Amino acid sequence: MNTHVALENLERLQLRQDVPQFKAGDTLRVHLRIREGEKERIQVFEGVCIGRHNDGLRSSFTVRKVSYNIGVERVFPLHSPRIERIEVKDRGRVRRAKLYYLRDLRGKKARIRSLRDIRA
Amino acid sequence: MARGLIGKKIGMTQVFDAYGNLVPVTILEAGPNYVIQVKEAGGKDGYNAVKLGFGSKKISHVNRPELGVFKHAGVEPSEVVLEFRLEPDEMGDYVQGKSVGVAQFAGITKIDVTGTSKGKGFQGVIKRHNFKGAKESSHGTHEYKRHGGSIGSSAWPSRVIKGKRMAGQMGDARVTVRDLEVVGIFAEQNLLLVRGSVPGAKNGILRIRPSAKQR
Repeated sequence: MNTHVALENLERLQLRQDVPQFKAGDTLRVHLRIREGEKERIQVFEGVCIGRHNDGLRSSFTVRKVSYNIGVERVFPLHSPRIERIEVKDRGRVRRAKLYYLRDLRGKKARIRSLRDIRA
Repeated sequence: MARGLIGKKIGMTQVFDAYGNLVPVTILEAGPNYVIQVKEAGGKDGYNAVKLGFGSKKISHVNRPELGVFKHAGVEPSEVVLEFRLEPDEMGDYVQGKSVGVAQFAGITKIDVTGTSKGKGFQGVIKRHNFKGAKESSHGTHEYKRHGGSIGSSAWPSRVIKGKRMAGQMGDARVTVRDLEVVGIFAEQNLLLVRGSVPGAKNGILRIRPSAKQR
């Protein structure tokens, strides 16, 4: 499929340059800009990245956390201007690209070993 | 402001708007359009219109009468030529031989786009008219699953009502989508960004006009 130059340019212009390197298994803190009427504030969503979808401007990533015993997953467009910044809190050691198996696990079984612990 | 442009569908993508919302958009290349002829109500044509040309065509693909038209206008042979009706006050914007582009759409927020939809071939009633099909597929039902059912009554009226929806050619027809929101205008590249989809395949020729409600 031929992609037109104009289309490519338009997409490239919108790509964010400040995205840190991270992959599935990493613990992220996603700082979001939330608009409430006129005011804008930052909200942080912290959890494990359970997968990335790489597709240029359409790239996205899924973050999972367990909040009050309820699993919550949010999918963010990677290049969204609503994301203030992405903080990588921890790098995890995992053996697959999509960690959907975490959905069926809870408590101690749902832990991911940190890369730091392994090196130490 | 009944202006118009001839354009081409380039493709679809997504853009983030000012609020950070992801908006689906179609990119249209609309220009440069060359003014081939200006028709005037006071002249021999008897109505106000402009004939625009878009794209380029090899000289060897243009026949003699056509070539004469382009030569008279002083423009290179165009691939597509279309006519747009004008209001009297817009006549001054068009001069034979000059080009126009998306710049003339500045300030316009909604447009109507006409094109030829993608051809789907000969299709049955389920795909073509969203019929439901048979609800029963067992208990002796045979070869009836995707049929349209009855097409009318019996001795009266003894015929099928005109316009009865049946199987047939789907797509490859002239389709107009009205009130498409203009997301962006790039005058120097003659590109228009429009929210949502537009009829036809990529590289399809489109007739673009300001929304009828704004005209």
